[in-house]
Amino acid sequence: MNKKRYLAAVMAVGMTAAASSAIAATKVTIGTVNNGDMVRMQGLSDEFEKLYPHIDLNWVVLEENVLRQRLTTDIATDGGQFDVMTIGMYEAPIWGEKGWLTPMEDLPSDYDLDDIFPSVLGGLSFDGTLYALPFYAESSMTFYRKDLFEANGLSMPRQPSWDQMKTFAEKLHKPEEDQYGICLRGKAGWGENMALITTMGNAFGARWFDVNWKPEFTGPEWQNAISFYVDLLSNYGPPGASSNGFNENLALFNSGKCAMWVDATVAGSFLTDESQSRVAEHVGFALAPEQVTSKGSGWLWAWALAVPVSSDSKDAAKTFITWATSRAYSQLVEETYGIASVPPGTRTSTYDNEEYLAAAPFASRTLEAIGNADPNNSTLNPSPYVGVQFAAIPEFQSIATQVGKLISGALAGSMSVDHALKAAQSITLREMTRARYYSN
Amino acid sequence: MLSLKQRRSLNTLLLGVLAWGVALAIFFPIFWMLLTSFKTEIDAFATPPQLFFSPTLENYTLVNERSDYLHFAWNSVVVSFGSTIIGMMLAVPAAYSMAFFETKRTKGTLLWMLSTKMLPPVGVLVPIYLIFKDTGLLDTKTGLVIIYTLINLPIMIWMAYTYFKEIPKEVLEAARMDGSSLFQELWRVLLPMSKGGLAATVLLSLILSWNEAFWSLNLTASEAAPLTALIASYSSPEGLFWAKLSAVSTLACAPILIFGWISQKQLVRGLSFGAVK
Repeated sequence: MNKKRYLAAVMAVGMTAAASSAIAATKVTIGTVNNGDMVRMQGLSDEFEKLYPHIDLNWVVLEENVLRQRLTTDIATDGGQFDVMTIGMYEAPIWGEKGWLTPMEDLPSDYDLDDIFPSVLGGLSFDGTLYALPFYAESSMTFYRKDLFEANGLSMPRQPSWDQMKTFAEKLHKPEEDQYGICLRGKAGWGENMALITTMGNAFGARWFDVNWKPEFTGPEWQNAISFYVDLLSNYGPPGASSNGFNENLALFNSGKCAMWVDATVAGSFLTDESQSRVAEHVGFALAPEQVTSKGSGWLWAWALAVPVSSDSKDAAKTFITWATSRAYSQLVEETYGIASVPPGTRTSTYDNEEYLAAAPFASRTLEAIGNADPNNSTLNPSPYVGVQFAAIPEFQSIATQVGKLISGALAGSMSVDHALKAAQSITLREMTRARYYSN
Repeated sequence: MLSLKQRRSLNTLLLGVLAWGVALAIFFPIFWMLLTSFKTEIDAFATPPQLFFSPTLENYTLVNERSDYLHFAWNSVVVSFGSTIIGMMLAVPAAYSMAFFETKRTKGTLLWMLSTKMLPPVGVLVPIYLIFKDTGLLDTKTGLVIIYTLINLPIMIWMAYTYFKEIPKEVLEAARMDGSSLFQELWRVLLPMSKGGLAATVLLSLILSWNEAFWSLNLTASEAAPLTALIASYSSPEGLFWAKLSAVSTLACAPILIFGWISQKQLVRGLSFGAVK
């Protein structure tokens, strides 16, 4: 009798286990960055899980640089720790070319791919194949204090030139009142100062590489751009500008210490938020400055969601990313957090919405800036690379980080602009030779 | 001209001031972190920094809503205590043999063990990642326990060896003469005599494991991530985050800080063990 009971109990446990494994939810692990839009996406996980009860979402939220290192290690070693990866425009074409990402084909009919900006789709594709779906996109623009401009009888054009910016900065620079003419990124890093400096270089007619992949740092274009940048920020910028990145400048502008700032369009939402900014009602928006050309003067970046080929749950992962980048998701964000929180820069329908344009005063300039940026044609003279504020080649991160340190050093006064540019030329030439772009 | 007594008093006073100065300098970042955790993001970024402000608990509420703190804290407890226990089980016998049965290669072995700490961890990231992937140890607490044990073992052996060297060989020989077995010699004689030093070793290993960030960030994802990974999730290159980061850092530091506070008597005794003969 006892044996029978024991057998029955074992069978019951076995059947329960088998049944539960049959209906067990598919686990999808998402690696993402910590920013407002991504945190909101995490907050709406429950809504997704209600729609798809067979999918269980697990989040790994990390700081951008940590995430980039973590995801690169995992995807390069076929680790399979992540089913959805948050990647940028830099990684998507490189990883797509290497065959590390699942192509985004056969999307649901109601996904409306045509609604997404072509420049954004282009930046996430390699050889015509789309490898990631854009979650939000940004360009760069000029933020300025309308009240200070008015008080000084100045007028900001739709797209100023860098020369005009210098004239404005000169008039508005009053360090004795804790007011600085212009704030710009100075902190070294390929995603920090080099994003701004590359777009500035583009505006001055410079390019990272000529058509034969030879660097051009010793040419007059880079010399003009970097001399202008160092001179502008040294004379009319805040003290210690060489250690200021996005967040430091955001804090300076929000506390009323910057008259102008050129940076990511995403800053518009922070600067106009009265709970964060002391100058919310005085912020004006213009396109990023041009100089000899307007080509490539504003950058283009998108955070996108991709499915690595190493994932064991590709279908569930794809279901999630099509949901998170869909129009329905934008509507859900609008209902939950308000229309100004809708992920910007990816869908034309967002900018067709009058309510959005009214709630986000920076929206029309953002739209214009994203429309102007073309990753395939961002320099005055032809260049062999894709990307506006970067060159989408694996070697770029390392090269630009080193060049960024040199330019930050020139800004801090530890070396001359000439010396920094000569060293940048030599480093870039060495790395490109090592990577066998040419023999010498 | 100061008398000898006055000079001594002055020296004591100066030393006291210096000690307080150093202690305050070390404590200040922790104090500032605690203070910032009760500020709004604007107050946290204000220049000049604000010492007086309206305190808020909103950062703690937000961290509690966004993250499963207990899940991360439990992982930290398991990997820190797990690696420390296993580390001590290996370090004590190793240090015992090196301290009391020294050979001509002992010093070299000790130096070699320490040299493993001189390699930057990122240099072995890819091979270790591949080994962990092939053995199914990625994102597991077992994997982290193994790696933390291996990281801290050289320091644990070195510390235990230093404390054991302070104990006269004759005491152990006397125990052996009285008929003690090896286990009794270790358990009844050696460990009680070096209790303070070993407590300091345990505490140091716990602190190092608790605060380790490189491997925990690179080898875990959602299941085994400890508190250091939770802290990393609150840093952001775009947007203000200092107040939230301070709140989560305070929550992450609190358990080990309390543990250190409780066991400070053993720690001080251990660190000064053998200083005065």
